Amino acid sequence: MRSFTYERANTPGEAAAAVARTPGARFIAGGTNLLDLMKLQIETPTHLVDVNGLKLDTIEPAPEGGLRIGALVRNTDLAADERVRRDYAVLSRALLAGASGQLRNRATTAGNLLQRTRCPYFYDTAQPCNKRQPGSGCSALDGVSRQLGIVGVSDACIATNPSDMAVAMRVLDATVETVKPGGVSRTIPIAEFHRLPGDTPHVETALEAGELIIAVTLPPPLGGRQIYRKVRDRASYAFALVSVAAVIHQDGTGRVALGGVAHKPWRIEAAEADLPRGPKVVTEQLLADAKPTHDNAFKRPLVERTLGAVISQARN
Amino acid sequence: MAHPSELNVNRREVIAGAGACAAVAAAPLPAGAQRSRVETPVLTQVSFNVNGQLHTLEIDTRTTLLDALREHLHLTGTKKGCDHGQCGACTVLVDGRRINSCLTLAVMHQGDTVTTIEGLGTPDNLHPMQAAFIKHDGYQCGYCTPGQICSGVAVLDEIKAGIPSHVTADLTGSVQLSEAEIRERMSGNICRCGAYSNIVEAMTEVAEKQG
Repeated sequence: MRSFTYERANTPGEAAAAVARTPGARFIAGGTNLLDLMKLQIETPTHLVDVNGLKLDTIEPAPEGGLRIGALVRNTDLAADERVRRDYAVLSRALLAGASGQLRNRATTAGNLLQRTRCPYFYDTAQPCNKRQPGSGCSALDGVSRQLGIVGVSDACIATNPSDMAVAMRVLDATVETVKPGGVSRTIPIAEFHRLPGDTPHVETALEAGELIIAVTLPPPLGGRQIYRKVRDRASYAFALVSVAAVIHQDGTGRVALGGVAHKPWRIEAAEADLPRGPKVVTEQLLADAKPTHDNAFKRPLVERTLGAVISQARN
Repeated sequence: MAHPSELNVNRREVIAGAGACAAVAAAPLPAGAQRSRVETPVLTQVSFNVNGQLHTLEIDTRTTLLDALREHLHLTGTKKGCDHGQCGACTVLVDGRRINSCLTLAVMHQGDTVTTIEGLGTPDNLHPMQAAFIKHDGYQCGYCTPGQICSGVAVLDEIKAGIPSHVTADLTGSVQLSEAEIRERMSGNICRCGAYSNIVEAMTEVAEKQG
């Protein structure tokens, strides 16, 4: 790990300003992803701003009828919150399908949104990776790509976003609330928060330098059957090959988002009108522009079957 | 060059020697030489309570809680396995919750209360979970065991507190202890010897005794 200086921030504005004025500075909250990457020198911050003391760790009713989740609410606490379990079950389920008990106790809401890909070539510092070292090339295109993306990919990067939580937040249409170094707040719809790789895969979110997430707000409860189904190589503690987050109503209408297939949670609202017609036609639209590799072409039928299983589960 | 068998040094001395080399490398360089920031540790003070005792450390900011416990406080019961949060050998309780001590910096725990395996019980006064692991043979080589036991104690608390898991059937109902619940919740603790079934038995017995 490279050496770094360290400070504890007392207010969100102070934290944002500290990161903005120090080249190479990063926020640290749970640290479960950042420290992992720092040990491998994939992340090499010169200064860490510890935001754990910012008191952004409560879940409050939002004025519009939803829930406002503080950026520092730990994954365990968000999944276990009674209101989330009752009204946003897809979010509880997604959180509980991710990581391990130890990691969920530490990982935060904002940090989960910002976790980086688990592409093996991003982790292997001996290999080119456009995300780790812009312009160096993508080793995954001709490499082992079983876990990697099939849709929204580019010639520069086929990495996936590893978060389960973000897929549920995408299907719920959450909004991300931030504060910029100058103290200005803004809200970013989750749909616009994560970026596709394009030719700048190292730019993963809409956040500006020093911009700090302070909360994520869920809209008023959507009702319906809420399901998160994750397909992975182990029964527990593994990243998704494919996951489906769904809110499905009694008449068969609803919404659906996919994990494990793209650089961001994958949702195409126009495809959802066909949910009552079954998984095949919806999958065709969701993956119309898919460009799978030889290794991960299995994800296309896997998406269709997982979506089929979710639709069946919602009927029962 | 001496044959390895002729070298009368043990592993610990070799490691100490390597440290001395690093110290030399970190000595002031001639004028004009570039110094990498790798060679200039930043020291910070942090205080936290470990197993009922307050400790104040002046440590390199890079020090993980795991390394602070093992290398600075010499509490070597907590083990370093993968050092990347994948194996669970480093599991400790911080403010009563289990975390991977390898994936958190010591300086982030100012004022926190840390419980390690040494704080759960002693050879003369075992924690019920420690006694149950012995009774049920919940280990073979023992390396993962401190992490398994810390995690096991926390898992029973989590179930009691009604925190759901991936296998909890009804999110709005209460959480019932079952083998499936224990196995799912213990998935962050890897046992290379494969003592899992005995660990489940040990945890089940403790849970049943707790009532």
